[in-house]
Amino acid sequence: MSILEVENVSIQFGGVKALDDVSYKLEKGEIFSLIGPNGAGKTSMLNCISGLYKPASGSIRFKGQEIIGMKPYKRTSLGIARAFQNIALFEHMSVLDNLKLGRHVKMKAGLFSSGLYWGAAEKEEVNHRHSVEQVIEFLEMQDIRHTPVGTLPYGLKKRVEVGRALALEPEVILLDEPMAGMNSSEKEDMARFILDMHELNGITVFLIEHDMGVIMDLSDKIAVLDFGKRIGFGTPEEIQENPDVIKAYLGEQEVTT
Amino acid sequence: MKNPFVMECGNYKTRYDKDMAIFSTKRVKVRMLTLTLLAFLFPLLADSYIIGLATLCAIASIGAIGLNILTGFTGQISIGVGAFLGVGGYTSAILTSTLGWSFWIALPVAGIVTASVGALFGIPSLRLKGLYLAIATLAAQFIILFVISRWTGVTGGTSGMVLQRPSIGSFSLMSASSYYYLCLMILLFTIVYSLNIFRSRTGRAFLAVRDRDVAAQIMGINLFTYKVLSFAISSFFVGVAGALLAHYTMIVSPELYSITVSIQYLAMILVGGLGSILGAVLGAIFITLLPVGLGMFVDQFAVYMPDMQNTLAAFQELAFGAAIILFLIFEPGGLAHIWSNIKNYFKLWPFSY
Ligand SMILES: Nc1ncnc2c1ncn2[C@@H]1O[C@H](COP(=O)(O)OP(=O)(O)OP(=O)(O)O)[C@@H](O)[C@H]1O
Ligand SMILES: [Mg+2]
Repeated sequence: MSILEVENVSIQFGGVKALDDVSYKLEKGEIFSLIGPNGAGKTSMLNCISGLYKPASGSIRFKGQEIIGMKPYKRTSLGIARAFQNIALFEHMSVLDNLKLGRHVKMKAGLFSSGLYWGAAEKEEVNHRHSVEQVIEFLEMQDIRHTPVGTLPYGLKKRVEVGRALALEPEVILLDEPMAGMNSSEKEDMARFILDMHELNGITVFLIEHDMGVIMDLSDKIAVLDFGKRIGFGTPEEIQENPDVIKAYLGEQEVTT
Repeated sequence: MKNPFVMECGNYKTRYDKDMAIFSTKRVKVRMLTLTLLAFLFPLLADSYIIGLATLCAIASIGAIGLNILTGFTGQISIGVGAFLGVGGYTSAILTSTLGWSFWIALPVAGIVTASVGALFGIPSLRLKGLYLAIATLAAQFIILFVISRWTGVTGGTSGMVLQRPSIGSFSLMSASSYYYLCLMILLFTIVYSLNIFRSRTGRAFLAVRDRDVAAQIMGINLFTYKVLSFAISSFFVGVAGALLAHYTMIVSPELYSITVSIQYLAMILVGGLGSILGAVLGAIFITLLPVGLGMFVDQFAVYMPDMQNTLAAFQELAFGAAIILFLIFEPGGLAHIWSNIKNYFKLWPFSY
């Protein structure tokens, strides 16, 4: 069974059709990429999946269960994690605390046990610290674990953003342009992390990215959006030969050059 | 023994629980214990006027910590603190004086009742932010005071109610120092509880709600639950402070809980430092003692200039306002920030440049 099924999803802002009857499926354990020119509706798609937007019509099913109408925080506990395109970290907090917040739904302490601390809450903090340290090690962030995120350079913030999503130990991770604005060595690192989280932890990856080289190398499946419409869906080879996709991208080049 | 007031550089932790301790190093721990010990010992040397002031500081600190949990740490502004103090005070007054309950039960119940009222008035916070929420809490202030002053049968209306000091068995906490110790213990509990909250799951969620509510939701945080929880826990401490104050002054009446009180508490956390437990305590002490200090200053002058009495009294109010504004302009981080600057200075001393 597909892990995430998006069916005929549409959403509109004023006169703009940000998503127009979009459908595709993610199989468990694959790397899926959603591509398209700027403003094509990629982030809006993620917002529909994580519950920040409510589509006007259509269905989004996670492991067969309809999630439209479900509150965002509930979707997180199903195992859907997300890294934002515009970094949305908690800037005053350390890397550690950001990652621990990524595990919020896995922890239990409430007002009483948190306040009394010694006992259940302390044990929980230590146990989850172990899990968080694994993410820190995986993303090679050992030397910045206590650093307030606000003081980190852009590239590292992007990495913490991904780390915070990973800390959930999600089934599906939604990565919105995790390499945007990075130099080529940072991009290589990030590509390696994505491959590793997919291979080592079996996480299904939903990737939004503009760099075609990276997309074609990493993806098992690709869907292409243009002005809110799905104009292609298939393997990298299929996408490269799709005339609509070629037209959309060449058309875009004509405009930009 | 090592001098606890000398700063430490470099520390290497070998276990996660050590890394997450309240006091980051042994020296900090010793320093805090020393300060606590001083707080316990000073009544032996001070007269009852000073001890009384210290009691007021301790009570204000409890309330200010409560307000800071809500406003400083969770980012939900409230200008209803005055009324919430009143809810605590009146609850305890009704329970002890009218119904004859023991103070020791009435105190936590006053906290719980205030927490419930706070949570109720916190419900609009899901939809309202910033200034709009401020106005909603202002409405809480007026509604609560209206109920208190009109519900004459229960609250005694504008003439208020009279309370007793608590007692343990046959020993009444009538003396200044015994009541001071009670307030100090509750303050210590409040401090430890709040420090714990903010190094574990619940407190992190509060901070996340304050800093980025959208990202907080994606972390799996239910905004509504945590905002209401924050209103509840914050109001609990404000309610306890209200009850302690009522049993200290031994009277409750509506005009003691006016909007001016709300603004004083906001001033405490602004001057002390938003989002800092230590700041709330320092701010509470500062705002409690500032008028006393200014009053003494003015009295000194009045001796030489008896005809200036009224002008000097006005000056006192003016100086109070000016002090707060100066703080906001020159040290927005508050007293807590000044304190950490001093610490950082001495960390490198004498090589700081
Ligand atoms: N909340 C909103 N209100 C109004 N319009 C919106 C909103 N969200 C998205 N849009 C519009 O929907 C369209 C798609 O935007 P979206 O952010 O999804 O594009 P994108 O594919 O992520 O682009 P980029 O590659 O630049 O990140 C744009 O025209 C945008 O202006
Ligand atoms: Mg986008």
